[in-house]
Amino acid sequence: MSNNNGYKLVQGNEACVEGALAAGMRFYAGYPITPSTEIAEISAQKLPQIGGKFIQMEDELASMAAIIGGSLAGLKSMTATSGPGFSLMQENIGYAALAEIPCVIVNVQRGGPSTGMPTSPAQGDIMQAKWGTHGDHPSISLTPNSVQETYEYTIKAFNIAEKYRTPVVLLMDETVGHMREKLKIKDSSEIEVINRKKPTCEPKDYVAYRPDEDMVPQMASFGEGYRYHVTGLTHDETGFPTNNNDVSGKLVQRIVDKVEKNIDDITYYEEYRMEDAEIVIVAFGGVSRAAKSAIDDMREKNIKVGMFRPITIWPFLEKQINDVAQKAKEIYVAEMNLGQYFLEVDRVAGKKCPVKKINKINGELITPNEITYAVTGGAIND
Amino acid sequence: MTNTNCNEMTQKYYRVDRMPHIWCPGCGHGTLMNTVVRAIDKVGLNKDDVVVVSGIGCSSRAPGYMDFNTLHTTHGRALAFATGIKMANPKLHVIVIMGDGDSSAIGGNHLIHAARRNIDITTIVFNNNIYGMTGGQFSPTTPYGDFATTAPFGNIDKAFDLCSLAQGAGATYVGRGTAYHAPLMQKLIEKGLENKGFSFIEGLSLCPTYYGRKNKKGNAFKMHSYFKDNCVDIKVVEKNPEKGENKILIGEFYNSPKTEYTEGYQVIIDKFQK
Ligand SMILES: Cc1ncc(C[n+]2csc(CCOP(=O)(O)OP(=O)(O)O)c2C)c(N)n1
Ligand code: SF4
Ligand SMILES: [Mg+2]
Repeated sequence: MSNNNGYKLVQGNEACVEGALAAGMRFYAGYPITPSTEIAEISAQKLPQIGGKFIQMEDELASMAAIIGGSLAGLKSMTATSGPGFSLMQENIGYAALAEIPCVIVNVQRGGPSTGMPTSPAQGDIMQAKWGTHGDHPSISLTPNSVQETYEYTIKAFNIAEKYRTPVVLLMDETVGHMREKLKIKDSSEIEVINRKKPTCEPKDYVAYRPDEDMVPQMASFGEGYRYHVTGLTHDETGFPTNNNDVSGKLVQRIVDKVEKNIDDITYYEEYRMEDAEIVIVAFGGVSRAAKSAIDDMREKNIKVGMFRPITIWPFLEKQINDVAQKAKEIYVAEMNLGQYFLEVDRVAGKKCPVKKINKINGELITPNEITYAVTGGAIND
Repeated sequence: MTNTNCNEMTQKYYRVDRMPHIWCPGCGHGTLMNTVVRAIDKVGLNKDDVVVVSGIGCSSRAPGYMDFNTLHTTHGRALAFATGIKMANPKLHVIVIMGDGDSSAIGGNHLIHAARRNIDITTIVFNNNIYGMTGGQFSPTTPYGDFATTAPFGNIDKAFDLCSLAQGAGATYVGRGTAYHAPLMQKLIEKGLENKGFSFIEGLSLCPTYYGRKNKKGNAFKMHSYFKDNCVDIKVVEKNPEKGENKILIGEFYNSPKTEYTEGYQVIIDKFQK
């Protein structure tokens, strides 16, 4: 691993750990699974060296539970996994959403369903990241497409989790997790780190789940003298369970609203050669790299094509997709699944212009040629 | 054995404003909760440093009534949440309350692994041999042949001996009391709290509403009398083995401290921290 002028040549998975540490992660609990395992291994190596803690749990149910416990006891906490483990985590992800416990879950996607294709790239967990746990709940997922971005967006994932007191999913794919690129580790003075709001009142006046104006309650750590109750049952402002329909409904509405109404604050995307684009390719993660290359090829043949790349996958960037659809004559959604993100793009853009799919689910990357072919004539999924 | 007087205890350790509790008349869980609180008082823990974690079930409602840092988690996962808490802040005294189903069916994996690590968590299982909260289905501790709503023709599953399970998995302090033998239960929990490691205390509880009714065990008074007449302390049996025949063993089964998990991790930090 070379290290010159602050640059290192590393895998996306290592960049994820570097970002997490820069954001203040001090507790990691996980269970090994390809292609995310390096995140656990590197965390196990690095955390004790800075006084942090690592634990290998007995499964992913336990890993997710442990990071919620760690966060409640005051440490910024993370776990990483892939499809099968992500499925096992779902119940407790919902717990973190309802009990408003900040934490970061990394899912380095591989081919599914089931054990699927452990070492092959896929983007099949897009809808699971949104709807994997039961009930209505807030969902935030970020998708980087490079090693540097993995670092940056892991930091952002922690910041968003802390600011809104909610679980945040970093949705990587095998391509990004295992690719090696140079990473610029930033100086701590260049990094914005957000920490959860702590109560400023006396313990006797603390009402654990009373939201401030920003809809987010202040969070005391266990052991700081604010003895309070945390439950996965719907609860009132005190944190104790309630069967009151009005209070329960408002609670779920609030935890959804605190994210949805602040969407501008968590909106990240990139536009590539969009100035005069008539054809727009929507792509994210590993696929967006192929799309860029395809766009450069097509531009040489004077085809007016560009890319809209959502980095924030959830909440869905409805406003931006709407703007894209106003100007575009045609939209292609290229993704390594059977059209999960397409469903959302089509919902918003479908009435304004044709929205088409470019899909691949055989464990191979979508290539630039395949994108070019689809845009200029055929379609690889038909 | 009396600690602080009763009223003072209530005011000091209970969230009186959360009462009345949800338990049925005669349920054993309230008595067991009280033994936990009395043990905490006797050992003299600071309330701010105590975390009580539970899963889901009638038993797991206990922390809501107790004035500590309390966490009511998901079904079976209390020990995994508690492990995260203890790792993040080893100064906290972490106590886990679970039911028999919670701890040994859905949460069985977490139980054996927390015990194996010997992480400093005092685990108390309120074992009523049934799933109380969901209305009387059989659990991994329902005796062979007994009835439950999902064993209408008699239970053919064999029952766990939870204390043997925990000890076999690596718990360093193990004991069993009952809702009838409250002073013993309190003593076992005190010693569990003092053990720096994974302590497992089974509290035999009673569910007159479902287990009692399904198995014609009579009312709560009769079910308590059953414990009185059928439990023998292991110390008695060690001297007179014949006194243990067809009886339920109670008392302290195992007490053998070993390196505690978070202390083991601290050794790594001390050695490798830059
Ligand atoms: C994942 C999940 N599965 C099932 C349930 C339903 N459930 C709630 S409590 C319970 C059994 C509780 O029995 P036990 O742990 O013995 O506690 P008790 O009520 O008897 O005290 C079940 C099956 C649930 N809440 N979550
Ligand atoms: S159902 Fe059984 S365990 Fe639950 S409160 Fe009633 S008596 Fe207790
Ligand atoms: Mg039970």
